[in-house]
Amino acid sequence: MNTAVEPVTNLTPVQKQALCELLLALADDEFVMGYANSEWTGIAPILEEDIAFSSLAQDEIGHSRVFYEMLATLEEQSADSIAYGREPSGFRNAQLVERGRGDWAYSVTRQFFYDTADFVRIESLQKSTYQPLAKAAAGIIREEKYHLLHANTWLQRLAEGNAEAQQRQHTAFDALWPDALGLFEPTSGATELLATGILPEPFEALQNRWITRIEEPLRRLSLPFPFIDASERWDTHITPIYGGRRGEHTQSFLDLYSVFTSVYQLDPEADW
Amino acid sequence: MTDTFVVSEETLWDALHDVPDPELPHISLIDLGVILRVELDTQAAFARVLLMPTFLGCPALEMMRDMIRERLEQFDITVQVDVTDEQIWTSDRISEEGRRKLEEAGIAPPAPNNQNNTIMLLEPAPCPHCGSRKTSLESAFGPTLCRAIAHCRDCKQPFEQFKPL
Repeated sequence: MNTAVEPVTNLTPVQKQALCELLLALADDEFVMGYANSEWTGIAPILEEDIAFSSLAQDEIGHSRVFYEMLATLEEQSADSIAYGREPSGFRNAQLVERGRGDWAYSVTRQFFYDTADFVRIESLQKSTYQPLAKAAAGIIREEKYHLLHANTWLQRLAEGNAEAQQRQHTAFDALWPDALGLFEPTSGATELLATGILPEPFEALQNRWITRIEEPLRRLSLPFPFIDASERWDTHITPIYGGRRGEHTQSFLDLYSVFTSVYQLDPEADW
Repeated sequence: MTDTFVVSEETLWDALHDVPDPELPHISLIDLGVILRVELDTQAAFARVLLMPTFLGCPALEMMRDMIRERLEQFDITVQVDVTDEQIWTSDRISEEGRRKLEEAGIAPPAPNNQNNTIMLLEPAPCPHCGSRKTSLESAFGPTLCRAIAHCRDCKQPFEQFKPL
């Protein structure tokens, strides 16, 4: 019998540390993406999208809360102090989610990359041997189908739009590929998590599945697809931007950070 | 000391019919199906209510907790409301009465839950105004996380649709 499929209950200190790194990556991606998306509230090109991006933000911050609360239980501190009380270098989000919103094409293309990646990893985490994580993933995945629907609608809308829409979409693709691959940067201690099945699959496998998922819509819409099938895996000339999972962040993260921590820094006990 | 405590679990369930969904006041928390269990300890005059979250980012959850507590404390008991992940809420838990009330309020009730999350074919909801099935989803996001915006090609009216989850 394969012991890796048994639910994990007692964590060694090393496993716990690795699990916290994974949960932080999941939580911080959703949290920072949520804040970045809320930047469209009030100024999106059409009312429906104002509502859509605000709802995406609400969903994502809601999902981040689930992961922060899991961390709060493991680390015996409050979810708020984990979310708002860390230094910028303590954040484990990929750099993709911290970039400024750019133009509309940039934001919806990023959303397409991110939502598909998030779907792939949450789908996989339903099989985690760490029960709280598996349960959370099973709840979250059901909401993600609406994100995918939204992202795919805009991918198609721009691809079938006028010359300016297509040109902006292509510019966005060029800018986003290295960051998108950066979403699959392994978290610290990932090997440890794989051995116990807390992480059911390596990040590389998730990346390959992500590429397989985006292939269909990209080919159908004659959009760029810079990957070559190298049997069992995809090859590419694109160099991923790593660092986010180690706490390396850009100036745009610091800008966002100073906004989303402003209330907490005024009063850590503030309640709303 | 004699125990004159008379409230029953059934009474508590009945009382929860009075607590509306803060974002969809036409239906109660019972109609919505978010109450998993009520555990009553008559000896201790204590009730524990297990509440299931709907959409995970829904800001109404905290309000629901407070409203449940306030309603049940009227029976002179101590009430604790715990959010549970013991079972996952789905829109299939909305009662027949809840579905009817939603429709009366102009909100199309959710289609049966599509368990395959990778398939994005959402069944078109029948129009709550004219009953036509010639409708299309305009936006997956509406006034609250649980509602989407659809359009009826027959009566040419927009309407809201409770999202299947």
